[in-house]
Amino acid sequence: MVKPEKLIENGIRLDGRKPDEIRPIKIKVGVLNRADGSCYFEFGGNKVIAAVYGPREVHPRHMQKSNSAVVRYRYNMASFSVEDRKRPGPDRRSIEVSKVSREALEPVIFQEYFPRSAIDIFVEVLQADAGTRTAGINAASIALADAGIPMKSLVSACAVGKVDDTLVLDLNKDEDNYGQADMPIAMTPDGNITLLQMDGHLTREEFKEGLEMAKKGCLMIAEMQRAALLEKYSSLIEGEVNE
Amino acid sequence: MEKKLVIPGDFLSDDVKLADEGTYIEDSKVFSSVFGIASLKNQIKVVPLSGKYIPRQGDLIIGIITEVSFSNWIVDIRSPYEGLLHISEFPRRIDNSEMSKYLKVGDSIMTLVKDVDSIMKVELTLNDQRLRQIKDGRVIEVTPSKVPRLIGRSGSMIAMLKNETNCNIFIGQNGRVWLTGKEKNLDLAARTIQKIEKESHIPGLTDRIVKFLKEEKGIPVKGPAKRKVEKEAVKKIEPEPVQEMTSEETATEETPREEAEEPGKVEENKSGGILDELLDK
Repeated sequence: MVKPEKLIENGIRLDGRKPDEIRPIKIKVGVLNRADGSCYFEFGGNKVIAAVYGPREVHPRHMQKSNSAVVRYRYNMASFSVEDRKRPGPDRRSIEVSKVSREALEPVIFQEYFPRSAIDIFVEVLQADAGTRTAGINAASIALADAGIPMKSLVSACAVGKVDDTLVLDLNKDEDNYGQADMPIAMTPDGNITLLQMDGHLTREEFKEGLEMAKKGCLMIAEMQRAALLEKYSSLIEGEVNE
Repeated sequence: MEKKLVIPGDFLSDDVKLADEGTYIEDSKVFSSVFGIASLKNQIKVVPLSGKYIPRQGDLIIGIITEVSFSNWIVDIRSPYEGLLHISEFPRRIDNSEMSKYLKVGDSIMTLVKDVDSIMKVELTLNDQRLRQIKDGRVIEVTPSKVPRLIGRSGSMIAMLKNETNCNIFIGQNGRVWLTGKEKNLDLAARTIQKIEKESHIPGLTDRIVKFLKEEKGIPVKGPAKRKVEKEAVKKIEPEPVQEMTSEETATEETPREEAEEPGKVEENKSGGILDELLDK
């Protein structure tokens, strides 16, 4: 694909969004029967599935910590997730994404509740369209809650970037490829940032403004994450055992 | 009813003193730490909708022997941690070399969590009147966090279930359920328990289960008789909160079990005798 002449025209982006709009999101909780917790997450053109196992025994044994659980996160892109076939298996990029995503979730998990155990998170990208790591973190945090793992709060993630000298929320593929900056951010609903990366250049002012935009985006996503979790038990108005 | 569905991080209360399981405290406020059902009366606690069994001292559970080592049986207790049953915790003195004569790999036991230390070493014991090896019947599994619902308030659900299905039922805190009785009744009991597990979060559970049992058995509804039995069971024991996962709960649940066991003893030809039988060998 060639670079489009303009990425923003009259304040409207290529896919028809305003600069501060996120892409449509679709969430389904508990899609996998074999996993302890799972979530399917669609973020625009991104389609990811997250599975959580554990707490369970640690293998290999030497990885276990005697006073807390270990959290392991595997981000993996399916070979058919991108236009040209991706060579399967971990590569430099997916190892990095796994590491930063794990670190984005670790601060909210009460790891010390489960010494000598492992919490395994698997994120599979079925279709990629810029922002897969944020989609993966969003999905993983729901899957963790679904698995009944104690956490301080959910984590929501969203990217902010700069295209045609304008700050935009939640970049799509073209904006990511041809834009000037891309900054994925993950945070808890009360504003504690657990992931912040940047590719490209932003001025201090742009950074501050971008952070605020991302905050709003994350709050919107947090609301949708909550709604999705509650929906799984929609018929629930807790009934005591009737006497 | 002060109950609602919460997700991790939801604000629950300003009263730190009331904080109980499934919550955490930050800036002297109480928040939920799990995705589950919060109850705000008396104490603030959240019962998770899913999760693994985490052993606690005093829990009565059902384990399966996975390994016989030098002086321990290693027991799968359906948890991230394995249980250790030391040879000295067997009700009688036996020799190291004879361990697998008494309990071999694959055997199921009703066992008690004697101690859990800070690194989650779980010590089990068989030295208790209530404990025995499981030799007949069937063991099925449910989500551990649903165990309190399966037992019901003061054991009402389980008492009803035992009565309606003519099965003897023991519920381990780790979500393993031991059923004994006639084959046909076992099927019914197992199906009913699965239904309870699936629908435990929907109101009117007991009524739906009663109806389900009636339909399954094809008997016309005759409520009063059953109700009486249920009340009896409730009367005999101290009223306690339903969702109490502590050792007190085990006691609550244990009491109706023993009572209901007496009539079953005769026709099922099993019961307290198993342990003696084992010892007589």
